[in-house]
Amino acid sequence: MEKSLDLINARIRDGTARVITADEMPGIVDELGEEGALAEVDVVTTGTFGAMCSSGAFFNFGHADPPIRMERVWLNDVEAYAGIAAVDAYLGATEEANTKDRLYGGAHVLEDLVSGSTVELRATSRGTDCYPRRSITTELLLDDMNQAIMLNPRNSYQRYNAASNSTDRALNTYMGTLLPRCGNVTYSGAGTLSPLANDPGFRVIGSGVPIFLAGGEGMIVGEGTQHSAGGGFGTLMVTGDMKQMRQEFLRAAVMNGYGVTLYLGIGVPIPVLDTGIVRSTAVRDEEIMTSIIDYGTPRRDRPSLATVSYADLKSGSVEIGGERIRTSSLSSYRRARAVAVELKDWIERGKMELFLPTRRIDPAKRSRPMRETAITPRVRDIMNRQVISITEDEEIRVAAKRLLKDETNHLPILDGNGTLVGIITTYDVSKAVVTDGRLRQVKDIMTRNVIKTTPDEPVDVAAQKLKQNNISALPVVDAANRVVGILSAIDLGKLFGGRWQR
Amino acid sequence: MKLLLAFTRKGKADPGREPVIARVVKETGVLINVEKANIDSMAGEVLIDVPDADAALVRRHLEEMGVAVRVMENAIIRDEDECVDCGACISVCPQEVFSFDAEWRLCVDSKRCVLCGKCIRACPHSALSQQG
Repeated sequence: MEKSLDLINARIRDGTARVITADEMPGIVDELGEEGALAEVDVVTTGTFGAMCSSGAFFNFGHADPPIRMERVWLNDVEAYAGIAAVDAYLGATEEANTKDRLYGGAHVLEDLVSGSTVELRATSRGTDCYPRRSITTELLLDDMNQAIMLNPRNSYQRYNAASNSTDRALNTYMGTLLPRCGNVTYSGAGTLSPLANDPGFRVIGSGVPIFLAGGEGMIVGEGTQHSAGGGFGTLMVTGDMKQMRQEFLRAAVMNGYGVTLYLGIGVPIPVLDTGIVRSTAVRDEEIMTSIIDYGTPRRDRPSLATVSYADLKSGSVEIGGERIRTSSLSSYRRARAVAVELKDWIERGKMELFLPTRRIDPAKRSRPMRETAITPRVRDIMNRQVISITEDEEIRVAAKRLLKDETNHLPILDGNGTLVGIITTYDVSKAVVTDGRLRQVKDIMTRNVIKTTPDEPVDVAAQKLKQNNISALPVVDAANRVVGILSAIDLGKLFGGRWQR
Repeated sequence: MKLLLAFTRKGKADPGREPVIARVVKETGVLINVEKANIDSMAGEVLIDVPDADAALVRRHLEEMGVAVRVMENAIIRDEDECVDCGACISVCPQEVFSFDAEWRLCVDSKRCVLCGKCIRACPHSALSQQG
């Protein structure tokens, strides 16, 4: 059996359509079977509510008198992109104001507008014959603007990697606070309620499809930026009229140590046309898998610590390497459900009819990493290969002499096989001298937990290690932990003369 | 019940130089659980947990020794308008103060809080604050 969209819309119009939320579908299919569920259910509503950094809005402010061709635009001191028409601007959610004492950004401006607060518009121009005015400052409400069109390049991820951190230091990331030594796991996404998880083949989710966007009626533009549905990471570009939106589903947020983002509620209604759609909307949290990624590796390809399902993540704890680790959701399942429930109500009341995509989204597309034409400098390009080292049984006096003779401040300490076991600095030696000579050998004063780097590590990553640990040199080790060089703050200077270029 | 104690240790005779907690335990026989202590050269702050029934007695003894005592009823305060029930606070808390109920609403058991402040920084919506 198949069901036509016309039939579903006719039922929506006469108020007889059976609409359910996506979390109810698995139970209905268990009870009635796929054919039974197809006969019973007309529409499945989905919902998600979480951080969606790639969001923003186009504004048209109307013309002032005398008129101005706005070249730079600020809304509450947050700069908007004004390289479009005279009184148009695009405000991105993550753009931050640098004049406020607290973190305030584009997302806060969007929330302030939706909540009915006034926002200060400031703009400058060089002045032209047709637009003589050079500056303007005015207070605006959302209703004062001709248009406030939200257009979000990348929203509603199909699923998202969960995050943990194997290093010894707490990390502040866009995935929230990650405690040291895998002390917690954070994740995002609504699992069974998530829009794209309910139509991974993009059969009915595509361009032109009406959606719930932050409390207003929105629409899918098409595939989102970085859309990679082939790998399970599809995204959507969506749009909607901000004047219909509500603060309940549009909230500015600050990820500690990372920056501003926008929490948004998005729901997509799915017409149940055939058993294929019955199956895809019956997806359970147990079947939606994701990887826990180690954000302790500051590289594009971060290692995966474990593969888990959204059911595992939602249970409150997951297992990594035999240990139970508590999980935190960054998105709100409660509010995701509120999105799906409200969308269901719209359709039951005939407020929204459904449409099929006017253009399909590619379900097999994969996004590629950046093609980099400039060579990223690696540690091997600038490190000092003349390593002065010492063994741990030597006397501190010997170490002091070696530091002096070679005019260096850092001595890596090696064992008999040439592997790195510690490091001492001129500071450690000075300290030993003032402590009445009780300490005799290098091993008494060396730092055993050495912060180190490798020859192929990007210099940016090594420089970040120096800064975070407040140190001035890193031993460079190979895979066998043998010292092959040393990278000091002085070596970083080589980058500026262009000398590292090969 | 949680009590937040504050004392100075500037002078030699200040309460911060004395074994005040040990003395209260000895004098009253009440078992005191020290949950957090922050003591530097000039002043100190200690969070203790005592049985509700003994709180008034412990408080009186401490105050007699010159320690300022504050009852921490709701150590951590959640702003319900700002909170979106995301749960970012749940896994950063060492005391398991936060949890979800069956409706995925965030529940706060502030009696367990030891005022470490991790959740306040981790909350993306600035919805958590410490009792002022």
